[in-house]
Amino acid sequence: MARDKNVILIGEDVGSSGGTFSATRGLLEEFGRQRVIDTPISESSFTGLALGAATTGLRPVVEIMFMDFLTTCMDPIVNQIAKARYMFGEQFKVPLTIRTPAGGGLNAGPQHSQCLEAWFAHVPGIKVVMPSTIYDVKGLLKSSIRDDNPVLFIEHKGLHSLKGNIPEEEYTIPLGQAEVKKEGSDVTVVAIARMVYEAMTAADRLAADGISIEIVDPRTISPLDKDTILNSVKKTGKVVIAHEAVKTMGFGAEIAAIIADEAFDYLDAPIKRVGAPFVPVPFSKPLEKSYLPSSDGIVAAVKEIVG
Amino acid sequence: MTGDNLEELITMTEGSVSMKSLTKEKLIELFTTMLRGRAFDEKVVELFTQGFIPGFTHVGIGQEAIAAGVCVHLHQNDPIFTTHRGHIQAVAKGIDVKRAMAEILGKRTGFCKGRGGSMHLADKEIGLMGSTAIVGSGIPIATGAALSFQLQETGQVAVSFFGDGSVNHGTFHESLNMASLWNLPIVYCCENNSWSQFSPQTLTTKILDVATRAAAYAVPGVTVDGDDVLAVYEAAGKAIDRARKGGGPTLLECKTHRWYGHFVGDPQKYRTEEDLEESRKSDPIAKFEAKLIEEKVLTPDEVSEAQQRVQVEIDEAVKFAEESPLPEAKELLDNVYYEGGK
Repeated sequence: MARDKNVILIGEDVGSSGGTFSATRGLLEEFGRQRVIDTPISESSFTGLALGAATTGLRPVVEIMFMDFLTTCMDPIVNQIAKARYMFGEQFKVPLTIRTPAGGGLNAGPQHSQCLEAWFAHVPGIKVVMPSTIYDVKGLLKSSIRDDNPVLFIEHKGLHSLKGNIPEEEYTIPLGQAEVKKEGSDVTVVAIARMVYEAMTAADRLAADGISIEIVDPRTISPLDKDTILNSVKKTGKVVIAHEAVKTMGFGAEIAAIIADEAFDYLDAPIKRVGAPFVPVPFSKPLEKSYLPSSDGIVAAVKEIVG
Repeated sequence: MTGDNLEELITMTEGSVSMKSLTKEKLIELFTTMLRGRAFDEKVVELFTQGFIPGFTHVGIGQEAIAAGVCVHLHQNDPIFTTHRGHIQAVAKGIDVKRAMAEILGKRTGFCKGRGGSMHLADKEIGLMGSTAIVGSGIPIATGAALSFQLQETGQVAVSFFGDGSVNHGTFHESLNMASLWNLPIVYCCENNSWSQFSPQTLTTKILDVATRAAAYAVPGVTVDGDDVLAVYEAAGKAIDRARKGGGPTLLECKTHRWYGHFVGDPQKYRTEEDLEESRKSDPIAKFEAKLIEEKVLTPDEVSEAQQRVQVEIDEAVKFAEESPLPEAKELLDNVYYEGGK
């Protein structure tokens, strides 16, 4: 926001309260009401409004308080924002970012805990980014905002409490670039957001059993960095894909299909996926704990294919 | 009073107050704009009926006064946001009818390279900001442009065109609320032709005067006879001026009539013969033509000449469109994303 005066924030409680998850704390004080806009509870319209602003010189960053609430603004995102460039023959640039907290683990219940990235990765015209580390958040958020295209930037709320040191200076991470978070030799684990940490835990547990996993974090879901994933699979011959989103029809299925199509000869075992069961996210502690995918699921899947 | 080279003030002896304060030039501009819109959409009906237009198309024949009365006030950089029934507004805003016709025929020379078609006309250069066919979806987008103009202090005004069906959509309510809250430079222009696809307004809406809703947002709500171009011109002028001077939004309801069905080819079995006849009696062009002749702004010959000139434009547009190439399959994957450059 300091670098580009056209960046404005739009969302509920982003200004005066600094954001429901404090993501925008201090920004109203620093940049004022011309740049930080507290909206009424009108997601559908203020998301559409952001498109109008984006095509008339501004670079809006919209916050949708919970990813679950994206359901209320599907038309502006899917039918308007994602299609504006293509449908109108490239006349318009849409430099718009939608930030949204996603995921469970806070006992927030079925309507405040979902991971819906697969829906948007399925729509041509909007990029989907879902970082895992603090370092990645900074670099990817900058790239997302600076991208002259619509980007959905998904912030797993279970990671909000992470603390760590990152470089003060300016850096960006390109969209569409995966990262090998941990090198290994026996099994590739493709993991996103919170599942990267579960994979790290699984790595330690499996190492005790002499199994070495390589963790690949796509970071951007769409456009997907297929090459990094495929190179890893070609090295290990075995793959487990882990996301917190419901396993059925999750984007892990897309990665699995790509691997089966383009690295079939390298596979020594079926492709395994770890994801949530096909139920809404439950509220009560033991239920949510049972629901959320964890290192247990990754360890089990790895052991299944290591044999 | 020939007035060929001089701007003249025309005085009406009775009726509309507005005509007194308009120059002959402006009156002719209004008239020609309406003629051009009608000729364009009549040609669209003809081409569609002959099978040259793929998909669906929706015409605004009978509603020309609204687009003309509003758009002649606008600068090129005051954008309009319109709908699937948006050809006439596009024409009134100054779209190149050749490339518009090409787009409707799905040709590569169209404004959207054939990717959008009839429902998605767009020409950024003249401020036609991407017509959208999801009912109510353009209203927030227009509101965002207005916010942008306010924040950047550009002095521009946005106009949102939509039908009476849109006002029952949540986006209408949410947008009016935000625009009134933030005092945005926008005019919300409702073309109330009393039909939402196949349903009359009486079947879907409790209060038929859309402008009454403005009270809920503490903005001015104005209802005018949308088939009287001077009434529209006057009300729109005030609303646009108000917006430009920082006076905030206006809800301008223009009552009109839908002559054709929802889409071209719609047999309108849900409408009575009387209703259809009544609709066509209220012809904004015929009404204005009669006034212009009566007040000696134009002679009947000059009226014919104007009609012929406009028809030539439209015929040339069709020729251009017909001679233009279709897009090739290899263009399909181009430019979903902006990759840099221009």
